[in-house]
Amino acid sequence: MENIKVIVGLGSCGIAAGANKVFEKIKALKEADNLKFELKKTSCIGMCYREPLVEIVDDNGSYLYGDINEKKAAELIEKHILENEPIKSYVVQTDLFETPDKEFIEDQVKITLRNCGYIDPEKIEEYEVRGGYRAIRKIAGQRISRLDVIQTVINSGLRGRGGGGFPTGLKWKFANNNKADEKFIICNADEGDPGAFMDRSVLEGDPHAVLEGMIIGAYAIEATGGVIYCRAEYPLAIKRLNIAIEQARENGYLGKNILGIDGFNFDIYIKEGAGAFVCGEETALIASVEGERGMPRKRPPFPAESGLWQKPTNINNVETLANIPWILLHGSEEYAKYGTEKSKGTKVFALVGKIKRSGLAEVPMGMTIRDVIFKIGGGIQNDKKFKAVQMGGPSGGCIPEHLLDTIVDYDSVNATGAIMGSGGMVIMDEDTCMVDVAKFFLDFTQKESCGKCTFCRAGTKRMLEILTRITEGKGEEGDIEKLEELSYQIKDSSLCGLGQTAPNPVLTTIKYFREEYEAHIRDKKCPAKVCKPLLTYEVDPEKCTGCTVCAKNCPTDAIDGARKEVHFIRQDDCIKCGTCYTKCKFDAIKIY
Amino acid sequence: MRIARISGKKITEEQGQVDVNLLDSLIEKYKDKKGNLIPLLQGTQDIFGYIPIEAFEKISSEVGIELSDMYGVVTFYAQFRLNPVGKHIIKVCHGTACHVQNANAITDALKESLKINDGETTEDGMFTLESVACLGCCSLAPVMMIDNDTHGKLTGGQAVKIIKNIKIKESN
Repeated sequence: MENIKVIVGLGSCGIAAGANKVFEKIKALKEADNLKFELKKTSCIGMCYREPLVEIVDDNGSYLYGDINEKKAAELIEKHILENEPIKSYVVQTDLFETPDKEFIEDQVKITLRNCGYIDPEKIEEYEVRGGYRAIRKIAGQRISRLDVIQTVINSGLRGRGGGGFPTGLKWKFANNNKADEKFIICNADEGDPGAFMDRSVLEGDPHAVLEGMIIGAYAIEATGGVIYCRAEYPLAIKRLNIAIEQARENGYLGKNILGIDGFNFDIYIKEGAGAFVCGEETALIASVEGERGMPRKRPPFPAESGLWQKPTNINNVETLANIPWILLHGSEEYAKYGTEKSKGTKVFALVGKIKRSGLAEVPMGMTIRDVIFKIGGGIQNDKKFKAVQMGGPSGGCIPEHLLDTIVDYDSVNATGAIMGSGGMVIMDEDTCMVDVAKFFLDFTQKESCGKCTFCRAGTKRMLEILTRITEGKGEEGDIEKLEELSYQIKDSSLCGLGQTAPNPVLTTIKYFREEYEAHIRDKKCPAKVCKPLLTYEVDPEKCTGCTVCAKNCPTDAIDGARKEVHFIRQDDCIKCGTCYTKCKFDAIKIY
Repeated sequence: MRIARISGKKITEEQGQVDVNLLDSLIEKYKDKKGNLIPLLQGTQDIFGYIPIEAFEKISSEVGIELSDMYGVVTFYAQFRLNPVGKHIIKVCHGTACHVQNANAITDALKESLKINDGETTEDGMFTLESVACLGCCSLAPVMMIDNDTHGKLTGGQAVKIIKNIKIKESN
C-alpha cells in the first residue's frame, strides 16, 4: 500500500464543490486505520464539471475519479485501496480503459497547464521534478545571452495571451533596447474578464511556472524589480504565490547574483488589485501600482520606454509567462510546431455557460470552435439548441452557429467581430436572449469605464439606456441605428482598449441576431423568453388543478379562481414577476 | 461611471467610536514606501471592515497624502467601502457565466429573504449583500461567496437555505 498515492484536487472550484470535505474524510479514514498510502494535494486539472476530483495512482496506473463526495471517498478507500478493486463507474479518466470523458482530454495539448493538477503547488520540489527551473538553469549554465533568449521567444511566435496578441519577444526586445538604472517586469494577473479563469487556475496550480517566466523575462530585459498585480478576489492564488516566492528566494532563484549570473539581481512582490476592470490595461495598471486611480495614460511613451516610476517596464500576462520556461527548455521550433501561420502554440479556453463539460481546455491554435465546443466540451446542456458563443468577454463578441467552423487563432476570431481575448468561451443556447446579453456587457463596461474619455463615459451610458428600453418593451424604430452610430463614435474616440472595444458585444449581436432586436422593438416579444416585461403569463386550463398555490403566492393578487377550479391571470394586474411559474407544481403556467 | 456605486449614507454613529490607534503599525510599515496609498487603504479596511472618516484624517496627517487624493482612490476602486458592513459578506457573482445561468434569481431570492437591497446591510448587522463581477468559478455557475467560502451550482432556494444555516449557527 505504500506505493499508492491518493491525490485530491484543491483548486478554488474544487473547494467550492466540496473537495476540502473529501480531503478531510480521506485523511480521517487514513489516520483511523493507520493506512500507509500517500495522501497529497494538487490543484485544478481543468475538468471542473467533475469536481471534486480524486486521483488514485497504484502499480497499474492512474485512475481519476470524478464527482466524489464523502460517501464515495469512503467507498474508494474500501474498494480500490483495501480490496484493490478500482470502481470503474466512478472513473472519468485513465489510460487503462475507455471512459466517457476521454473526448475531453484526448485532443488537448498541455503546455501552459503542463503541471496544473499534477503537482502540489505549495512544494517547489514537485515543480522541479517535472522540469521546473531547468530553463533558467540552462540559461545560467550555458551562458545563453540576453539577445538569444529574446530571439528564441520571437522565433516561437508566442503572442500575448491576455488578449492583445502582441508578439511577446518583440515586447521584450523593446524593453531590452531602453537602457536605464532600474527596469521592471510586471505580471498582469488582474483577470477581470467575467467568464475567464485560466489565470487563476495557473496561479493556483503552478505558481512557480509564472515566477520562472518572470525570472527569464527579467534576465532578458535586465529588469531589477518584478511585480505581480493580482486581483484581490483570488485569495488562494495570492496565498500560493506568496509561498512560491518565499521558496524561490530560499532556493536562490530570486535575490542577488541569481544562479551565479554576475549582476543579475531580481526580486518579486505581489500587489493586490482593488477591483477595477480597466486596470487590465497596461498604463492603468501602472497607475494603480503607483497607488493612484487606475486611469489609462496617453501612449507614447509606451511602458517599454517609460512605465512604472517612469522606468522602462515590460508587462506580460500570466498565461504568456507560464509558456516561457517551456519554450526556453524545449526550443522555439517545438513550440511553433503547434498552431497556425500567425498564431503559434496553444491557447487555454475557459468553457462555461450552457455547455456539458465546463472547465479549462488547452488546445493547439487552429482547432475549429465547433470542435472545442462539441467535441471537447461535449455540446450543449440538456441537448438544447446552440445559439452563440461569446468570446473575449466585455471586449469581444458573439459568434453564431454558421461561423462555428472558424478556427481559433487571433486573426480568424477577429474577422468575426469577436476577439480571442483572454480565452473565455461562454456558450449560449436557445434560452439566452442576445439583447439581454448585450445589455449585460454594456452594464459592465459602463460601470467599469474610468470616466476619462467623454464618449466612453457618457456614450456607454446612453447605449445602456437604449438597450434597457428595448428589453422593457419601450424600444423605438431607429434604436438599432442609434446604437450602431454611438458604437462607432465610442470606438473612435476612446483612449484605451476598454472604450475602443466596449461596443463589440452590441455590434456583433446586431450583426448576427438583428431579428431578435427587431422582435423586441416591433413585436414587443422576447423570443428567448428572458426579458420579463415582454412576457405574457397564462394558465393552461388543461393542466390547472385549482390548487390555489399560484394565487396565494401572487404578490399583486392578479390570479382569480376558486379551489379545484381553473385559475385565471388578470393581465392588467400582472407584474410579470414569474412567481406563479416557479411555484406551480403542475407545469400549468405558460409563458408567451 | 465608477463613482455611481457609492451609496448615499455618510457618517453614522458607529463611526464616532473608531479606535484609530489600530492603524499605527500599518502606517509605520508603509509610511515611506512609494505607491503606498492603496496598501494603506486595504490594510485599513482589513482592520475596520470599511474606511472610517477618522482613518482618512489620521493617514492624511501622518503620511502626508491629500484627503482629496485618498477620496479619489477610494471611490475609484470597487473594493473600498465607506460604510460599516455586516458580520458576513455575501458576494453574489454576476459574471457572464453566472448571468446566463440566472444569477439574478439568487440575488432576488436573497433580497427577499434578508429584506435588503443590493449593497445594503441587514438591520441586525449580520449580513451585507453585494454583487461582484466574477469570482472565477465560472464552471460552477451560478456562484456566491460568503466570507471566504464559495458555493456553486445554486438556485435561489438553496442560497436562502445557506443563509438560514448561518443564522442558526450564529444564534446558538
